[in-house]
Amino acid sequence: MQKIRLTIDDRQVEATPGQTILEVASRLGIKIPTLCHDPRLKPFGACRVCLVEVEKARTLQTACSAEIQEGMVVRTNTKKVMDSRRFILELILSDHPLDCMTCDKCGTCTLQDLAYEYGIKESRFFRQPQRGIVPDPNTMILRDDSKCILCGRCVRICDEVEQAEALDFINRGFDSVVGPAYGDTLLGTTCEFCGQCVSTCPVGALREKQAEGKGRAWELKKTQTVCAYCGVGCNLFLNVNTNTGKLVKVTSEVGTVPNNGNLCIKGRFGYDFVHHPDRLTEPLIRRGGRLEEASWEEAMSLVASRLLEIKEKYGSQSIACIGSARCTNEENYLMMKFARAVVGTNSMDMCART
Amino acid sequence: MTNSIGEIPSADVLFLLGANPTEAHPIIGLQMRAALRRGAKFIVVDPRKTWLAERAHYHLQVRPGTDCILLNAIMNVIISEGLEDKEFIRNRTEGFEALKEYCKDITPEKAERITGVPARDIKEAARLYAEADKGAIFYTLGITEHVCGTETVRTIANLAMLTGHIGKPSSGVNPLRGQNNVQGATDMGTTPDKFHGYQLVADRAVREKFEKAWGVKLPAIKGLMSPEMFDAANEGKLKALFIMGEDPVMSQPNQEHIISGLKNLEFVVAVDIFLNETAKYAQVILPAASAAEKDGTFTNSERRVQRVRKAVEPIGNSRADWQIICELATRMGYPMKYNHPSEIWDELASLAPNLFGGISYDRIEKVGIQWPCPTKDHPGTQYLHKDTFARGLGQFYAPPCRPPAEKTDSEFPLILSTGRTLFQYNAGTMSRRSAGCTQMESECFVEISPYDASMYGVQDGDVVRVISRRGEVLARAHVVDIKEGVIWMPMHYAEAAANRLTVSAYDNITMTPEYKVCAARVERVGEGRLVKVSTGDRKQETGTK
Repeated sequence: MQKIRLTIDDRQVEATPGQTILEVASRLGIKIPTLCHDPRLKPFGACRVCLVEVEKARTLQTACSAEIQEGMVVRTNTKKVMDSRRFILELILSDHPLDCMTCDKCGTCTLQDLAYEYGIKESRFFRQPQRGIVPDPNTMILRDDSKCILCGRCVRICDEVEQAEALDFINRGFDSVVGPAYGDTLLGTTCEFCGQCVSTCPVGALREKQAEGKGRAWELKKTQTVCAYCGVGCNLFLNVNTNTGKLVKVTSEVGTVPNNGNLCIKGRFGYDFVHHPDRLTEPLIRRGGRLEEASWEEAMSLVASRLLEIKEKYGSQSIACIGSARCTNEENYLMMKFARAVVGTNSMDMCART
Repeated sequence: MTNSIGEIPSADVLFLLGANPTEAHPIIGLQMRAALRRGAKFIVVDPRKTWLAERAHYHLQVRPGTDCILLNAIMNVIISEGLEDKEFIRNRTEGFEALKEYCKDITPEKAERITGVPARDIKEAARLYAEADKGAIFYTLGITEHVCGTETVRTIANLAMLTGHIGKPSSGVNPLRGQNNVQGATDMGTTPDKFHGYQLVADRAVREKFEKAWGVKLPAIKGLMSPEMFDAANEGKLKALFIMGEDPVMSQPNQEHIISGLKNLEFVVAVDIFLNETAKYAQVILPAASAAEKDGTFTNSERRVQRVRKAVEPIGNSRADWQIICELATRMGYPMKYNHPSEIWDELASLAPNLFGGISYDRIEKVGIQWPCPTKDHPGTQYLHKDTFARGLGQFYAPPCRPPAEKTDSEFPLILSTGRTLFQYNAGTMSRRSAGCTQMESECFVEISPYDASMYGVQDGDVVRVISRRGEVLARAHVVDIKEGVIWMPMHYAEAAANRLTVSAYDNITMTPEYKVCAARVERVGEGRLVKVSTGDRKQETGTK
């Protein structure tokens, strides 16, 4: 395909037609702020903080939606651009609560980062934020209307990616909110509780309900791993509070293979089983029909001796082993090695067919 | 999967058989939704009106267990209208004439009588798939969980080869694997007849290789598959069972048979993270660390080996399964010592180099690699069968279509099919302990068509008794668009275990149980609600108030 040549901040660059200024700039390592942009979604141009100056253009352009053109000359950091961004941030902050000190989003909030970067302590247009946390009995997604900046990422991901179409804009002007039709709770809609809206929200308007108050962003250690539910193998991040050692929430990141930051209800909200009080924490031995706690030493020595006895008495073929599609490759390999090399049987199977 | 997940949105025609990805494989479901919005056309074969079936160009609402006939009728149309890919058949396959002969008699009209799918739809769907630029087939347990599962899978392969829709990007045959590491567990040889990497136990040279590597004489005697284990346990031939991370009481068919087998064993060891239904029959229960508490790898549906990482310390005194096996083996006189799962991976990769030789932990730090990956510089394999099939030429094989094992009669006139839902998962041990999942779906239900509901005097939301020749359970009736004569239940509820109803009938090659067809009937119990059973104590029986 014919390449297009353009200049961004005095740097000459070649790019593919159809790309946006934002895409080309980020390839060059030039940072342009965004709030309404998510690479999983179509360009929207709602928040205006990505404004850049394009030579010969009548007005500033939104880098997230403006497509590149041959010979284009773009400047991303002129005084006009910076002043405009500051002004836009002031407008966004005009009805946004300044309660970062108690907000769970603090530390991962894009609006907070931009206010810091552009040195905005308060808005000249400030009016008391209306509304607040929406009463909704669902146990997963917390909606805080006062924090919403109307970037539409949640509305669009619910439509474009999830196609559940549970959210939309309601009302106009200062009264604008995002929510389900007729002011219903999420439980009354087509919402599948995938939490994609939470994953894309750049501010604290949509949060993981169960993670509230369980740790500040900087106390959470994120570990990339693979989901333990279905066979798609989505990559997710377990957020563990380093002080309590507890799994607080699951997050996702755009760019991971194969799920590109998308998860379903089980991947994002199905992990409370880890700390569930029903977890087995000690070996159990059945004595007289009752299960009693035992030490590992006692339990392992009983298992080893009973299996050896049975092998001795009835032969290797009297013992069978079942591995698991829940366990790791390494564990299944060892299970099969154990059955064949230690027990001496090929009677070994797992739940692939169930 | 012969293709990769990322190839899905580029397919033009997606042919789904017995698959409900928006619920059972939600993120693959998203890729399909993306394809749908891009304008791709869907053919969905399913007795249920799934999310994608509702939006499909052709929803072939088939009678359970007749997919094989339907597929042959589709091939009949393709061949009789000359829509087959003649060049592909000539260059890449053999046995076409026999297939042609076999399909000749299975006309769409004949198939309509057996499958319940209108002949016109069969013809139009056949044309749509055959003429697609990029046609991809996706199937799951709705195909394999039948006595004729293997035959139907081979018939699917016939169809893909007939149209040349295989071995290309976004064109292939894609079984979607149901569980996080079911692909990996299969790859790892946790099966009676194969070592890991699909190396046959029956092959003496293979056994000798492993004997040398492991330093021990290995058995050649044929092993038992899991359904056979429970038969042997009932017969008293099997004495001990070591179960790691599985709940056969919930997941195997004909629950009574499984429980009586377990009771008949001298010694049962269960290793699990919860006291599952099976562990209730164990003499020793060992607490395992969950996937969040250990390192290792899972292999996903598209053959991608990915890193599992420890994020939380093992809860209480639980231990990772690999540590448990190592200690047990050592105590039984075969020392096993590994400092980290990566050492286990390196050992297994060296013993199955064709598939895994090039994969090591340092290479899959960020993104997993799809096997086969034989060497360190091999990028992995995005899609299979590009230039050649594993055996060289693709073999058309025309297997006879066999009907389901159990027949309906006047006492049990309905066909019961079972499966998974979006909000719960398998035996429910994990998802039923999640507040969110349980809020969305907390009790067992049974889907029934408006016609059948009216026949039984059942209203949407009533509590009904679902009865088969083996047992009965209580469930909430959901009156929905499902094939008349068919009812459907999820398998996640211990107190209303679908597998108390299912039949001990198996595919005669893979021994996959026929979860998708058993004869049943429904009785209205009344309005009111099912007693909620807390997940902590599921010993109570479900009843109505």
